[in-house]
Amino acid sequence: MEISFQTVMSQVMLGLNNGVFYAILSLGLAVIFGLLNIVNFAHGALYMLGAYVALLGYTKLGVLIGMPDFHLNYWAALIVAPLVVGAIGIVIEKTMLSRLYKFDHLYGLLLTFGLALIIQGVFTNYFNVSGDPYEAKPEILNGAVNLGFMMFPKYRLWAIAVSLVVCFGTWFVIERTKLGSYLRAGTENPELVKAFGVNVPLMITLTYGYGVALAAFAGVLAAPIYSVSPVMGAEMIIVVFAVVVIGGMGSIMGSIVTGLLLGMVEGFTKVVYAPASSTVIFLIMVIVLLVKPAGLFGRES
Amino acid sequence: MKKVLLQVVASAAVVILSGTLAIAAGISDNVVKIGVLTDMSGPYSALGGKGTQVAVEMAVKDFGGKVLGKPIQVIGADHQNKADIASAKAREWFDNEKVDMITGLLNSGCALAVQKLAGEKKKITMNTGAASTDLTNKACTPYGIHYVYDTYALGKVTAEAVVPSGGKSWYFMTADYAFGHSLEGNTSKFVTKLGGKILGSVRHPLATTDFSSYLLQAQSSGAQIIGLANAGDNTINAIKQAREFGIDKKGQKLVGLLIFDTDIKSLGLNVAQGMQYTSGFYWDRDKATRDFSNRYYAIHKAMPTMDQAGAYSATMNYLKAIKAAGSDDSDAVMAKLKSMNISDFFAVNGKIRADGRMVHDMYLMEVKKPAESKGEWDLLKIVKTVPAADAFMPLSESTCELVKK
Amino acid sequence: MNKTVWIVLIILGLLAPFIVYPIFMMKLLCFALFACAFNLLLGYTGLLSFGHAAFFGGASYITGHLVKVSGLTPELGVLGGTLFAALLGYVVGSLAIRRQGIYFAMVTLALAQIVYFVALKAPFTGGEDGLQGIPRGNLFGLIDLNQTFTVGTSPLPLNLYYFVFIMFCLGFWMIHRAINSPFGQVLKAIRENEPRAVSLGYNVDRFKLMAFVISAALSGMAGSLKSLVFQLASLTDVSWHSSGEVVLMTLLGGVGTVLGPLAGAFTVVTLQSELSSVGSWITVIIGVTFVVCVLLFRRGFVGELGRLLKKSL
Repeated sequence: MEISFQTVMSQVMLGLNNGVFYAILSLGLAVIFGLLNIVNFAHGALYMLGAYVALLGYTKLGVLIGMPDFHLNYWAALIVAPLVVGAIGIVIEKTMLSRLYKFDHLYGLLLTFGLALIIQGVFTNYFNVSGDPYEAKPEILNGAVNLGFMMFPKYRLWAIAVSLVVCFGTWFVIERTKLGSYLRAGTENPELVKAFGVNVPLMITLTYGYGVALAAFAGVLAAPIYSVSPVMGAEMIIVVFAVVVIGGMGSIMGSIVTGLLLGMVEGFTKVVYAPASSTVIFLIMVIVLLVKPAGLFGRES
Repeated sequence: MKKVLLQVVASAAVVILSGTLAIAAGISDNVVKIGVLTDMSGPYSALGGKGTQVAVEMAVKDFGGKVLGKPIQVIGADHQNKADIASAKAREWFDNEKVDMITGLLNSGCALAVQKLAGEKKKITMNTGAASTDLTNKACTPYGIHYVYDTYALGKVTAEAVVPSGGKSWYFMTADYAFGHSLEGNTSKFVTKLGGKILGSVRHPLATTDFSSYLLQAQSSGAQIIGLANAGDNTINAIKQAREFGIDKKGQKLVGLLIFDTDIKSLGLNVAQGMQYTSGFYWDRDKATRDFSNRYYAIHKAMPTMDQAGAYSATMNYLKAIKAAGSDDSDAVMAKLKSMNISDFFAVNGKIRADGRMVHDMYLMEVKKPAESKGEWDLLKIVKTVPAADAFMPLSESTCELVKK
Repeated sequence: MNKTVWIVLIILGLLAPFIVYPIFMMKLLCFALFACAFNLLLGYTGLLSFGHAAFFGGASYITGHLVKVSGLTPELGVLGGTLFAALLGYVVGSLAIRRQGIYFAMVTLALAQIVYFVALKAPFTGGEDGLQGIPRGNLFGLIDLNQTFTVGTSPLPLNLYYFVFIMFCLGFWMIHRAINSPFGQVLKAIRENEPRAVSLGYNVDRFKLMAFVISAALSGMAGSLKSLVFQLASLTDVSWHSSGEVVLMTLLGGVGTVLGPLAGAFTVVTLQSELSSVGSWITVIIGVTFVVCVLLFRRGFVGELGRLLKKSL
């Protein structure tokens, strides 16, 4: 097959589309890791949960509350799902994770791994693993735009745009505002920040809630593109872990940029040698680890 | 230390011997057990799954629940499309549950694993779900029956319909396991034989939900026909996403090589209208199929697919063979099955050959336009009936070592 | 530990195939060996690998290929699988020990994922179908591992069982020896206080790497045996779920105890088999076990028992 400019650009666009999901998810992981020092293995499961809140809100919620005509629409789901999942996250942090801070951080990883299995198992039990379609895509985002080199569905463009806004918005809040400076200070030296009268445990709880709310937001965005399935998060999470390792654990900008770049690299690989596309991220990870063990944007500790 | 070891060995021997005596009594096998091992939760669960078990249970009930005075039992399990789970489950069924026959077996990878094991254990498999022709060729066993359809029949009938009407150049999107490879291989053979050209193929994992990048590869190949060598939800998603990217508007046509009624149902006639494909069964073919299907619908709330109807027919004929043979011994039953004529609502002119292939008439189907449909399940019309002898691989071409040449 | 405990365990092991379904028992032994090998790393060196499935599953493909395609005898197949796992362990270990703690876990996970993709795509692995129909063959070319002995009405594959049992004992003994040698003492010193071990002049990285390679090799041996028992090598065994499962087994039984991984593997495999009818609820139950274990008894069954008895088990 000849490699045309058109082919490359099309695949890179699709790669960018995947890349924004990597970026949002790894951003959430980085925020959580930065403050809690926990690798949140449940991130993929909560991403899936967000998609299901949207799906079930649209198909089942009305019947459940006795108003069969009520359907949670897409725009509402974009707000509601992160709130619901964020609240679940807060409960998880308060009841479970907070008990583990005094032990080895590895226990946090193991606990969230268990949580991921529980959430994924429950949904596998009730839903088809190959996915249910989410039909509530708004009318205005239907159809495709001609980008010159390809027809690109409007919805995917929207998903890319809104993800970038959310990612850089989060970066701005953390790196450029007062609230963010407390957060960063809390990461460096929690005792000192506590001494200044900042409620550090509350900050930790809310950070975890925000991190997983981001995952749920990504889940809603993904729902109309990919089918909503119980394993959608499990397939994603490992790649996102690699993104986080390459970007440098805990680095906000690192995770955003790396997520976007790796999505595009993956897309490009599909043109050159498709079977390698799912491995290329891990190969890059190995190379980065050899050359720069702390990751592209990470600091050596 | 040596002394201790001797003691261990001696006491072990004693317990082994006494254990032998204790176990010798009390195990009997006064039951005919049928196992339905299939995809109950994955991409193929709608076209097989619990619906297949429903069909088998119907057959047992219709037969009277007993054969030769012994009760008939049906058990089911989900193999999750994993060959290791399928083969471990089958092994346990044969060793511990005394299962006599396994049916269903959607997913060729699982089917090949189970058929091989069943061959070693001298147990019968009546495969209604899987498609790979390997089952009756290099992997054939004296106890394996391939009941409903296979990739040869699918590829041949569809290619003979598509290529002469202008679909000369093909690009395949193939599910990356035994079934997809077999379907792509068989279809390619017929496309080239009929003067068509294969421009390339791309292989995707079974668990794929996003087909966009594969579709773009297919698009840039410039082929007239994008052949979908996959099934179930994979096919549905690929067709839907092709529309999203406007691929079908640019003169390229998607051809599904294995499609079930349930797929058309979830695609909707609007999307699917005009598509042609090959099937071994359609519920609305004649009075007998309608009678069965309406009874089935009353239980399962969906019309039977060819896999599900086939599982009913396979079970029924298996039980008839036991009755005729006067025994549930695998060799006796297989001998009967291979000498019987299989003729019921499902199979017309059916016959089980030496290689295990059940040959029967196949049908070229076309999806109706929304205006032509008169009901929820009024989805298809039969365009052509392909006689058993023309649809399946001739016995002379089979590489099965059971075939006397 | 008490000699009688060992003798009782050995007798139980010898008799097991007459009491429970032998295939189940062999599966149990394979996972128990896997968990013990894993425990050498987590329990005695303090390194949490989240990628051990690569060795377990990777070796099962190699053994399957050697036995099926190259026609080697089963013991050579197992040896080949084990050596492969050791080599792979050397490569993965060299990369991973450059980082510590959570980073170490993530790096092993990601590297194991590469192995998974190779298993999915390489021409000899059979992709999603797995490597099927692996013959059990004749041990040393003499003893037919497929041969069954009919006891009562059940044909028991005793040759295969005792082969697996002996290999298990061999692996277990090696781990036991490693732990109780000077080498094991250094590992424990590293686990307790790495900087101190460094200042005592030990080449910490070399010790870590050695522990990693031994652990990987024995995990591989477990995987090799499993491929002979089930006559199949599949993606399930190289997937990250398997890596998680072995962590659970070890954690549940008791990290850093000798008998813990055995108890953990026993519990998990039994749960899976007893609950196979409830479908995906198994995943939920395993998840709940994980959470309860991490929150409430981080020492595991055997660890807690040992604390009660004030003994090291």
